[in-house]
Amino acid sequence: MNALSIRNLEKRYPNGVYALRGIDLDVAEGEFFALLGPNGAGKSTAIGIIASLVNKTAGQVSVFGHDLDTDLAGAKASIGLVPQEFNFNQFETVIQIVLNQAGYYGIPRSRARERAERYLKQLGLWEKRDVVSRELSGGMKRRLMIARALIHEPRLLILDEPTAGVDIEIRRSMWRFLEDINRRGISIILTTHYLEEAESLCSTVAVINHGRIVEYGTVSELLHKLNYETFVLNVRGSVTGLEPVEGYSMTARLDGALEVEVPKDTGINRLFEALSEQGVEVLSMRNKTNRLEEFFMRLVEDQRRDAA
Amino acid sequence: MAYGDSAIPTTWWRNWVAFQTILIKEVHRFARIWVQTILPSAITTGLYLLIFGNLIGDRIGVMDGFTYMDYIVPGIIMLSIITNSYGNVVSSFYGTKFQRHIEELLIAPVPNWLILAGYVCGGVARGLTVGVLVTIVAAVFTDLELAHPLLVVLIAILTATVFAIGGFINAIYAKSFDDISIVPTFVLTPLTYLGGVFYSISLLAPFWQGASLLNPILYMVNAFRYGFLGVSDIPVAVAFALIVVFIVGLGGWALHLLNRGTGIKS
Ligand SMILES: Nc1ncnc2c1ncn2[C@@H]1O[C@H](COP(=O)(O)OP(=O)(O)OP(=O)(O)O)[C@@H](O)[C@H]1O
Ligand SMILES: [Mg+2]
Repeated sequence: MNALSIRNLEKRYPNGVYALRGIDLDVAEGEFFALLGPNGAGKSTAIGIIASLVNKTAGQVSVFGHDLDTDLAGAKASIGLVPQEFNFNQFETVIQIVLNQAGYYGIPRSRARERAERYLKQLGLWEKRDVVSRELSGGMKRRLMIARALIHEPRLLILDEPTAGVDIEIRRSMWRFLEDINRRGISIILTTHYLEEAESLCSTVAVINHGRIVEYGTVSELLHKLNYETFVLNVRGSVTGLEPVEGYSMTARLDGALEVEVPKDTGINRLFEALSEQGVEVLSMRNKTNRLEEFFMRLVEDQRRDAA
Repeated sequence: MAYGDSAIPTTWWRNWVAFQTILIKEVHRFARIWVQTILPSAITTGLYLLIFGNLIGDRIGVMDGFTYMDYIVPGIIMLSIITNSYGNVVSSFYGTKFQRHIEELLIAPVPNWLILAGYVCGGVARGLTVGVLVTIVAAVFTDLELAHPLLVVLIAILTATVFAIGGFINAIYAKSFDDISIVPTFVLTPLTYLGGVFYSISLLAPFWQGASLLNPILYMVNAFRYGFLGVSDIPVAVAFALIVVFIVGLGGWALHLLNRGTGIKS
C-alpha cells in the first residue's frame, strides 16, 4: 500500500494564485521521500492539503488508503506534521504542548506522558520540558515540533523544511534521528533546500515548480540532468585579462577569485594546465552554489526559454 | 511494531479525551492570567455596588418592592457572566488563530463540533467562575436570597453558553485584535446596560418599553433576577425559549463557519 497517493491535485487560493496545477504523486510505504522545489513552488501548499490545513480545489489524496474525502479521521490519525512555520502556543511549556497534542488525538494522559518523555529525551529536549516555548532557540523549536508530530505514532511523518535555521551539528543529529525512525517503519516526506540533506537521506525525490511536478527519481538521476557545474577558484596571480580557455567559460570576480563553468563530462585538468601556462596558480577550489539551487535555477531558465 | 494501529481508540473515547484536553487548556489559560481575566470584574462590580447600590441607591428608594441594591445585584452578576464568557472565547480563539496553534487541532481527528464545544465550555467556565466571585462580592454588601436557586444556575449556564458561542463567531471573523473588541464595546455593553440591569423597564415610556423588548439581554437579565427575587418584567418561559433559540441558532452558525473553514483555512 502507498503511504501517500495523490491524483490530479489542484489548488487555487482565494486571491487567484494557482499554487498547484494538477499533481500526481505516490510515496511507497517505508520510503524516505524528498519534495524539492524553489521558493513558492507549491510544496507547503501540497503538504497543507495533505494535513487538512488547506482546502483543495480539486483532486484526490489518500494516506495509507484513507481518502481525505471519505475517511478524514483515518487519514489524520496516520499523519504527523512538522510545519514550516512555528505554530505552537508561545505561552505553553514544552511538555504541555506535546501532551495537549496527544490529547487531541485521543491518547490518554498516562500513555502520552510515557511517549512525551521518550521523544523529548531522544530529541534532547527533556531538560527543557518546563520551559515556555517562546524561550526556546530556533533549533529547539524545530525539534519540539518533531516530538509533537510523533506523539500519536503516525505511520507517515511529513516535515516541511525541518532543518531551516538549524546548525550543522543539530542538523546531523536530526538526520540520524529521522533515519532511525524511518528504519523502524515510519514513512517520511520532507522538503528541504539543502541538497546534502536530500542526498544523504532520501531514496526518491520529486521536484515541483510552479505547481507542477517536473522531475521524479533518485537524487543522482536528478543531478545528472545538470549539464554544467560552477566552481570558484582561489588563485595566486592576476585574474584580469586572462586568455579564454576553450570549452570553459571563465569570469573574473571582484574579490580576485575566478569563476569557471565546467560542462558535464569535461575534466578540469586541461583548465589547470591552461591557467598555469598563463602564470596563474590555483590554490583552492569549491563549488559555487548548492547544486540544488543551481538545479532550480536551470529549471527556471529552461521554463523561461520554453515560454519564449 | 505497527505504528498507529495499537493507539487507535474508539471514536467516542478519543473525542472525550480531546474535549477534556481543550477544556482543561482553556481553564488553565484564564487561570494563569487571572489578573486580566478574573480580577477586573470583581473590582468593577464591587465599585458598582458601592456607588449605585450603597451611596446612590439609598436615595433611589425601592424598585419593584426591593432595595435598589438588591434589585441590581442579579443584573450585575449577569453582566459579568456575559462579558466574561464572551471575552474568554473571543480572545482565546482569536489568539489560537493568530498564533496558528489552531493548526494543532485542525490536523488532529477532532470533529469541528468538538472544537466548538471545548472552547464554549471554556468560556462558560470563566463566566461562571467570575459569576460566583461577583456573587461573593455582592454578599459582602447585602444579604442575598435565592428564590429559585436551580433557575439561577440554569439561566447562568445557558446565558454563558449563548455568549461564549457569540465570542467564538466573533473570533472566527476577526482579522485583527481591534476586531475582537468592537462587538463587546459597541454591541454587548450598550445592550447590557439597556437590558434592565439598573432599572425596571416599567419606568420607561411605552415606546422605549417596546424597544427594550427587542433586546435579548433584557430577557436573560430578568429571568436571572426572577431566580433571585421572584420578580421579572417578562415571562420567564419566554426568556428560556429565547435563550435556547439563540444557542441553537448561533451554535449552528458557528459550526457552519468552522466546517467551511472561514477565517481558518484558505
Ligand atoms: N494562504 C495563501 N493565500 C494565497 N496565496 C498563497 C497562500 N499560501 C501560499 N500562497 C501562494 O502559493 C504559492 C505556493 O506557495 P507555497 O507556500 O506552497 O510554496 P513553497 O514551495 O512551500 O515555497 P517555500 O520554499 O518558499 O516554502 C506561492 O505563490 C504563494 O505566494
Ligand atoms: Mg514552503
